[in-house]
Amino acid sequence: MAAVLESLLREEVSVAAVVRWIARSTRGSEDNPGEAAALSSLRPLRKEFVPFLLNFLREQSSRVLPQGPRPRQGPGSRGARSQLFPPTEAASTAAEAPLARRGGRRRGPGPARERGGRGLEEGVSGENLPGAGGRRLRGSGSPSRPSLTLSDPPNLSNLEEFPPVGSVPPGPAGTKPSRRINPTPVSEERSLSKPKTCFTSPPISCVPSSQPSALDTSPWGLGLPPGCRSLQEEREMLRKERSKQLQQSPTPTCPTPELGSPLPSRAGSLTDEPADPARVSSRQRLELVALVYSSCIAENLVPNLFLELFFVFQLLTARRMVTAKDSDPELSPGVLDSLESPLFQSIHDCVFFAVQVLECHFQVLSNLDKGTLKLLAENERLLCFSPALQGRLRAAYEGSVAKVSLAMPPSAQAVSFQPETDNRANFSSDRAFHTFKKQRDVFYEVLREWEDHHEEPGWDFEKGLGSRIRAMMGQLSAACSHSHFVRLFQKQLLQMCQSPGGAGGTVLGEAPDVLSMLGADKLGRLWRLQERLMAPQSSGGPCPPPTFPGCQGFFRDFILSASSFQFNQHLMDSLSLKIRELNGLALPQHEPSDEDGESDVDWQGERRQFAVVLLSLRLLAKFLGFVAFLPYRGPEPPPTGELQDSILALRSQVPPVLDVRTLLQRGLQARRAVLTVPWLVEFLSFADHVVPLLDYYRDIFILLLRLHRSLVLSQESEGKMCFLNKLLLLAVLGWLFQIPTVPEDLFFLEEGPSDAFEVDTVAPEHGLDAAPVVDQQLLYTCCPYIGELRKLLALWVSGSSGRSGGFMRKITPTTTTGLGAQPSQTSQGLQARLAQAFFHNQPPSLRRTVEFVAERIGSNCVKHIKATLVADLVRQAESLLQEQLVTQGEEGGDPAQLLEILCSQLCPHGAQALALGREFCQRKSPGAVRALLPEETPAAVLSSAENIAVGLATEKACAWLSANITALIRREVKAAVSRTLRAQGPEPAARGERRGCSRACEHHAPLPSHLISEIKDVLSLAVGPRDPDEGVSPEHLEQLLGQLGQTLRCRQFLCPPAEQHLAKCSVELASLLVADQIPILGPPAQYRLERGQARRLLHMLLSLWKEDFQGPVPLQLLLSPRNVGLLADTRPREWDLLLFLLRELVEKGLMGRMEIEACLGSLHQAQWPGDFAEELATLSNLFLAEPPLPEPQLRACELVQPNRGTVLAQS
Amino acid sequence: MILTKAQYEEIAQCLVSVPPTRQSLRKLKQRFPSQSQATLLSIFSQEYQKHIKRTHAKHHTSEAIESYYQRYLNGVVKNGAAPVLLDLANEVDYAPSLMARLILERFLQEHEETAPSKSVINSMLRDPSQIPDGVLANQVYQCIVNDCCYGPLVDCIKHAIGHEHEVLLRDLLLEKNLSFLDEDQLRAKGYDKTPDFILQVPVAVEGHIIHWIESKASFGDECSHHAYLHDQFWSYWNRDGISQCCSGWCGTPGLSSSSASASQSAGITGMRKHFLPGILMKCVCK
Repeated sequence: MAAVLESLLREEVSVAAVVRWIARSTRGSEDNPGEAAALSSLRPLRKEFVPFLLNFLREQSSRVLPQGPRPRQGPGSRGARSQLFPPTEAASTAAEAPLARRGGRRRGPGPARERGGRGLEEGVSGENLPGAGGRRLRGSGSPSRPSLTLSDPPNLSNLEEFPPVGSVPPGPAGTKPSRRINPTPVSEERSLSKPKTCFTSPPISCVPSSQPSALDTSPWGLGLPPGCRSLQEEREMLRKERSKQLQQSPTPTCPTPELGSPLPSRAGSLTDEPADPARVSSRQRLELVALVYSSCIAENLVPNLFLELFFVFQLLTARRMVTAKDSDPELSPGVLDSLESPLFQSIHDCVFFAVQVLECHFQVLSNLDKGTLKLLAENERLLCFSPALQGRLRAAYEGSVAKVSLAMPPSAQAVSFQPETDNRANFSSDRAFHTFKKQRDVFYEVLREWEDHHEEPGWDFEKGLGSRIRAMMGQLSAACSHSHFVRLFQKQLLQMCQSPGGAGGTVLGEAPDVLSMLGADKLGRLWRLQERLMAPQSSGGPCPPPTFPGCQGFFRDFILSASSFQFNQHLMDSLSLKIRELNGLALPQHEPSDEDGESDVDWQGERRQFAVVLLSLRLLAKFLGFVAFLPYRGPEPPPTGELQDSILALRSQVPPVLDVRTLLQRGLQARRAVLTVPWLVEFLSFADHVVPLLDYYRDIFILLLRLHRSLVLSQESEGKMCFLNKLLLLAVLGWLFQIPTVPEDLFFLEEGPSDAFEVDTVAPEHGLDAAPVVDQQLLYTCCPYIGELRKLLALWVSGSSGRSGGFMRKITPTTTTGLGAQPSQTSQGLQARLAQAFFHNQPPSLRRTVEFVAERIGSNCVKHIKATLVADLVRQAESLLQEQLVTQGEEGGDPAQLLEILCSQLCPHGAQALALGREFCQRKSPGAVRALLPEETPAAVLSSAENIAVGLATEKACAWLSANITALIRREVKAAVSRTLRAQGPEPAARGERRGCSRACEHHAPLPSHLISEIKDVLSLAVGPRDPDEGVSPEHLEQLLGQLGQTLRCRQFLCPPAEQHLAKCSVELASLLVADQIPILGPPAQYRLERGQARRLLHMLLSLWKEDFQGPVPLQLLLSPRNVGLLADTRPREWDLLLFLLRELVEKGLMGRMEIEACLGSLHQAQWPGDFAEELATLSNLFLAEPPLPEPQLRACELVQPNRGTVLAQS
Repeated sequence: MILTKAQYEEIAQCLVSVPPTRQSLRKLKQRFPSQSQATLLSIFSQEYQKHIKRTHAKHHTSEAIESYYQRYLNGVVKNGAAPVLLDLANEVDYAPSLMARLILERFLQEHEETAPSKSVINSMLRDPSQIPDGVLANQVYQCIVNDCCYGPLVDCIKHAIGHEHEVLLRDLLLEKNLSFLDEDQLRAKGYDKTPDFILQVPVAVEGHIIHWIESKASFGDECSHHAYLHDQFWSYWNRDGISQCCSGWCGTPGLSSSSASASQSAGITGMRKHFLPGILMKCVCK
């Protein structure tokens, strides 16, 4: 592996070749042979490169990111935070031991089944490869196939082996260290913080233990209370360790003597080493590695995009360097030559590297929420290392509308009585009915009690409610009572936890994210305050374990406390049913082209609907996964060997609780991955260790892996997945791949190349995937851990604000806008709660009706505004534009500028839209509600319903209008401007005085197509070749011109291109007439047109040109060399018709004398036979010699001249 | 006007390897006096286009172009006034306008350093006066006016026919009092692909429900019908999302202004087609 990196650094192979090599091994054809040869020898290592690279980077950075828990020296003491995968090269000394061999085999690739002891022999092979020597073994000697091997006693006191917070290794054997970055940035500021106690303690096994093996004792437990405890311990240890370090050796940590920065002991007093682009040590090397790393990220070769971003952000915001050599003595011995010198020698290197990587991922960054963008754009290190990137980020920030709000969750509300299902008729007996009613009361009593008490420190769910819950469950004897109760339970679950802004996704539970509300510069103080007061503001790093935040905790604890298998079974049935139902829901598909204003309103609603469905599905799937895998999750380590085989054999017989594989396949086929995958991930996140080994689920993981690979963000094409949809899928999949129960080497499986992922054989043209259903709000709600990026940046700001001050724009402290707007918010909130209460007491159909009316009226309102106000403004714009064009002449000025002027004049009028909209909703809603509600509805209810409908409709319409009206006006005006400009564009003459046909016209004129075709026939006859008997009669010509006149006067069927061609053809016809080239049919087979007839025809043409053509007629073609050249062929040459035509043109004002002179002048430049050139010269002299306005008699006398040639000779 | 499949095939039969010239069309008219010139021209054009599509490639090899160009040069040296280019095109069985384009391109390549852009070529074909060489200009012009299947003039005629029929169709719809949205209105609503008319209230014609009408102004033979189906109709269908959707297809050889009635129908291909007098309605039933 190192060899690959080395040859890259030595520039033997190109970055592109390496990435190709990693991504698809089989196709080396496009590489140059040298590179291919260099790489092909390393082929067996191909799949191990990415884990190697990631570990390499983590390892290298471990000296720069001292915040990570890396307190002790000794073997295996690499910072857990910096360790994504266990090191593949351990200390060289241990290479002989068999265990070492196993350890030496790198993790990652290889089928999971082969792990453990079976992998021993294979392990050896890797060692013999060039460049693979000198690999270090992990200090503890633990083998690298941890989840299944149980070989060594775990080093329980090793923090790295048992990393903090959620990244709990799957087994207490702890055979692998965390492959995760330590998720919580356990910085100094937070080392004192108390563990998060957002959940009630679990009823079982909450023995506080200093043994990390207790981490996994709770069956559901990933980062649940025990985890929290261990976190607390760990932090405690960290704190002690750090203070010890500080006391004992204050000196060696700082490599920057010029700053002499003392190590801070407290939050807020951090002094950061400034990063300087000029002091980057080995640019080229860093650039190369950054490029390879970025390419791996871009190709989705890394398991988790956001984890890598988090790492890069950590590098960007690294505060200072720990002395490398001293603190990490074992780093150097094992490393290879060109990799020997550390990659990151200083903070400058880190920041440089980070900025290089970030530059490659601007697209992802620009799709983060506005807050993160702001923090990034204001990061002074970024500015200093890449002003260009900073500029783009700033622009992205300014253009971003992705404000992610973390609204308060709604208060718990009981599910109302459902007459359809809850009535007596649905129960077997009176007793069952009454029992259910009682249970319902108990349930809500328990819920209320939980609401009141669960945040109190000493309160315990099991102790407080356990017995009552079990007693209640005991009463549910009849099967049907169970199903009733489960229905209630599920409804309540959805009601309390699903709302997008609610506790559904945010792990913050019910505490609003103060961090995002407060100004960034107050953060330092906030942190210290928090240490004393409350739980840390973190959702547990970029890869938190699955949790049950907020109200979800109640339902989880309820299930655990109830411990009733009937209940669980009914719950699973009910959850599966609902998941199937929601997953199959036909969500309206958006027309990608339909970017119209009015449909925006509908589309907003559709997006909201999608969000609701998705969040509900995720919630249901999470609980389904939790309940379904509950029996298999236990404190005991995952089995190995024969035991494992027998368990596998047994488990593979058990049918899945829900056929998720089929659902996934169908989802992929129907291009609904964006709906199916997120909930499936939630479901799978609760799987136990055996699950990924089962064939059934293995298929699912492979499908998901292929999907992950195929979601290359930079590839965007029509009909494919939208960017944010992809980002959501990448985020959830990346998160899933980091769940401890998912074997990590699954990700690096050999099979599953991206291009094999072809599912769209029968896919509909526009699946849900191609519709922009995901917005940042949904993304952050589903994946709150993405918000960690922002927190990392905010933390940096809080630390550095004391020092920088220059560029950073301070936000007004303490009072935030959120708090300022409180009163109105509460009154609004009260209104909303009142409305909720109102609906609660009414039949559900009333609510549906009101919401429907509000929805439709709101939408209609926007359409109405668009058709009236906006249309008026567009008309105004058009007339303004006309004026502008008249005053500015033909130029018209720059269209963009014109648009700006118009918009600045018209957009202020958009303000009327709100008043108009309000009026519209006020006027329309009550009638609609009245029409739809039953006649018998009491007056008070009716009027309340009407008022609510008016309010909702107004809210909907005004929200849309106030956000979009300016843009809408702009868009419409822009379209109108371009329409107007295009219409007048190339031929100004065609504009304006274009007349339609007269009112009396019955449109019986010949069709233009017919005429063009007829004239074309005449032209082709004239040009030849023709048979001896072919020709036209003079009458036909005359009739043709007459028809042309009719057609030109009746404009019903005439389109501009047709008119243009008619004009051109008529000019050609005139030229042929002048040159006497038209074969005439007559009694003596072919003869020439009489002069008089020719003149009559020319007169007709002149009149058509003058009177009837409305477009420009290319009369200058009459004097084109080609048409004049026609005269050269006739013997004797006759010039009189041409002269006649020219004079007529001037007289009728069709052409100016100057224009004709110019044309005649340019004719001389062509090459003519000698005598023809002479005659031509005479003609032009003659024409020029005439007085500007030829008098009629001159023409008359010409008419009698039989031969123009003689006339020319005489004059 | 009804044209049976047999009639169509009879006409098409006569058109095998016939040069697309005025003379050919005249012969065709003599052979089928009952058909209007527009109908015959439409069929001729369509059949000829199929022929060109099949043989197009062989005229575009560099050897072929070179040999054509040499033959052209030799021809005009002998007699610049003779229809060299036209005869060449007819002899090698290629459309005169396309041959003119080929030679013009080759000529410009030789006389100018840079390869001529497509727009320059098109503009010269539209107005041969711009061609720097007088002899070539005449030759090209001759090819264009003598070609009844290709070239700027033919394109314009086709375009005009399309426009005219759209107008006729609109009049017809207005006359029948059918409420519709036309292409401009649809585009303003943001549709990317639009048929000519969407009926706001669908109508039934002989038991088939018509949602929209597309006027193609070319003869509705089997092959072009499939092509249009592929390019356009399914995308309308996808957008309208109507379960039973019929496309009305107004392909109109010999369209006359007589009023339409839906009483006659005939089958040309396996699909059901409905012919209104002058308007050929075709239903795509799904």
